Amino acid sequence: MLIHEFQAKNFLQGLGWKIPAAALAQSAKEAGLLARELGCPVMLKAQVLAGGRGKAGGVLKAATPEEAERLASGLLGSRLITAQTGSQGLPVNRLLVEKAISLNKEYYCGLAVDRRNETLVAIASRQGGLNIEELSGSRPELIKKIFFNPDEGLKHFQARQLAYFLELPEKLIRDFVVRLKRLSEFFLENDLKLLEINPLAWSEDDQLLAVDARMEFDDCSLARHPELAALRDESQENELEKRARMFGLNYLKMNGGIGCLVNGAGLAMATMDIIQHFGGQPANFLDIGGGVTEEAVSQAFELLLSDSQVIAALINIFGGIVRCDLVARGVLAAASRISLNRPVVVRLEGTNVAEGRRILEESGLPFIFAADFEQAARLAVELSGQPR
Amino acid sequence: MSILIDASSRVLVQGLTGKEATFHAQRMLEYGTRLVAGVTPGKGGQVHLGLPVFNTVEEAVRAEEPEVSIIFVPPLAGAEAIMEAAAAGIKLIVCITEGIPLLDMLRAKSWTKRYGANLIGPNTPGLISPGKSKVGIMPGHIHRPGSVGIISRSGTLTYEAVNQLTTIGLGQSTAVGIGGDPVVGLKFVELLEMFRTDEQTGAVVLIGEIGGQAEEEAADYLRASDYPKPVLAYVAGRTAPPGKRLGHAGAIIEGRQGSAGDKIDRLREAGVKIIDNPARIGLMTAEVLSAR
Repeated sequence: MLIHEFQAKNFLQGLGWKIPAAALAQSAKEAGLLARELGCPVMLKAQVLAGGRGKAGGVLKAATPEEAERLASGLLGSRLITAQTGSQGLPVNRLLVEKAISLNKEYYCGLAVDRRNETLVAIASRQGGLNIEELSGSRPELIKKIFFNPDEGLKHFQARQLAYFLELPEKLIRDFVVRLKRLSEFFLENDLKLLEINPLAWSEDDQLLAVDARMEFDDCSLARHPELAALRDESQENELEKRARMFGLNYLKMNGGIGCLVNGAGLAMATMDIIQHFGGQPANFLDIGGGVTEEAVSQAFELLLSDSQVIAALINIFGGIVRCDLVARGVLAAASRISLNRPVVVRLEGTNVAEGRRILEESGLPFIFAADFEQAARLAVELSGQPR
Repeated sequence: MSILIDASSRVLVQGLTGKEATFHAQRMLEYGTRLVAGVTPGKGGQVHLGLPVFNTVEEAVRAEEPEVSIIFVPPLAGAEAIMEAAAAGIKLIVCITEGIPLLDMLRAKSWTKRYGANLIGPNTPGLISPGKSKVGIMPGHIHRPGSVGIISRSGTLTYEAVNQLTTIGLGQSTAVGIGGDPVVGLKFVELLEMFRTDEQTGAVVLIGEIGGQAEEEAADYLRASDYPKPVLAYVAGRTAPPGKRLGHAGAIIEGRQGSAGDKIDRLREAGVKIIDNPARIGLMTAEVLSAR
């Protein structure tokens, strides 16, 4: 779960980090007033849960309160489309109005889980503001990584190694070390997956400032951090994806014409792949999971068909824990609420397959049964009008 | 032969008295798995499904000497269950639990290394040596004893692969689900090493997916090791968009790393036969075996 920049900065402030003077605005008028209070120039920063805001026009500079109000009215209520949001973009409901600061230098500082080494890593870069992934490919000499394990935590000397690597002015070294150490403790206590301060700035008045911040918490741990779970901003989620989550479904909208309903993430990915293999395009990824109920299946099927881009649907079930008859009943329950005005290809295999098939056949609805995985995919591609 | 488990493996079930564990323990007993005990704190002394229940793994180990443990506990208790098994001397720990927090798993994994225990999972269907022992939740009846080893990051996609193999007349030596999480125990490399010397195994099928580096590590290992058996691979997620998690916590393309295309290229360069169409896993394995 990602949180907004302003939320991340609130945490940082609580941990002793300095941040530029700023406040939230929900209306253009408020933005203008805040710009006056803070003193111009100010930055207007769209609070959306995606990176790439700057390039997408989601971070703007205003020289006067009037300009701030004018720019804010353009941003608020719009949808910001960045390289990470998809074509629908994300709604801009709040702006962070922040005093623009004069900098000597920008850096990057981050904490993350390193999957490859199965440990934690603290990362510092002498160049900030850029995408760290790109930088580590093109200019690895600007980046230093220090690994640390969750039981022992990050040590002061390790933070110091990063501080001196950054070539911070001597009087900021101690600030950096103390704050990074606290940050690493916060990371461990709150089950973060990623924490980035980018840019981290050395300001002209010799302060160490967190100018932008990104925090991602581990969804699996939210059950033990209810105060963090409450920070979720549902306005930033795709409507269909949000509905899916409520029913314990894994749904991801894609751009093709074949809606898929599958049990298991791997089989769901393979179903998308085989559709493409035969020249079609999947409309979605949808894994109904292992502990699914009839009600959830029914919701899943309805959700899939509520996507107007779907031309044909493909149900691909390999029953293990999930029983084919349960899936069939769920599909029928949905079909009784909505009209089946698009072809539905069904491939059932595994636990209670005969019963599942019987239920669907006896419904009298025009399901198209496939004998196996390949035939199912070919049929769906053909029916979607996207044959090879 | 087979790897990791066989008919004589003595198996403990952690969380035995829970609903899911009870259901799957029954299926394992029906399959012929030698379940010897269960652990549920507070229920020590009871008998469940004909098995003695203990309060701690340590007590269960002392009384019944299991070598393998299968874990069905809630996600926030998962890492502790793994640690408890390792500390009690269990040498093969199979963790079915899905949704264990990532930092918990980092701690649990280093713990298993310290105690020299092999971990399978978490978030795995488990493993099966057909006709001998099933330590997992997969449908047993689709399997047949035979010569194909399977290592997979997926659940139902593994059933699909097994079903294709069985339908075409190819049985399996051992099928192992390594789990779909970012941090799991044994991965492709360690298991390929075990299949390497297993007499029953004539070919190995890898089922990978986007995210992480396990497939790339397998490719590096195979390239360097002069592997004596044919290896085939299917990697799911060619159509996956970067930055989006596809169901499994581990299935996410991060930055430029972990895409299906990269993994497939690396495996192909290492001499692995790539399966493009997931409906032809059985067919292509049969072709490779008959060509030898």
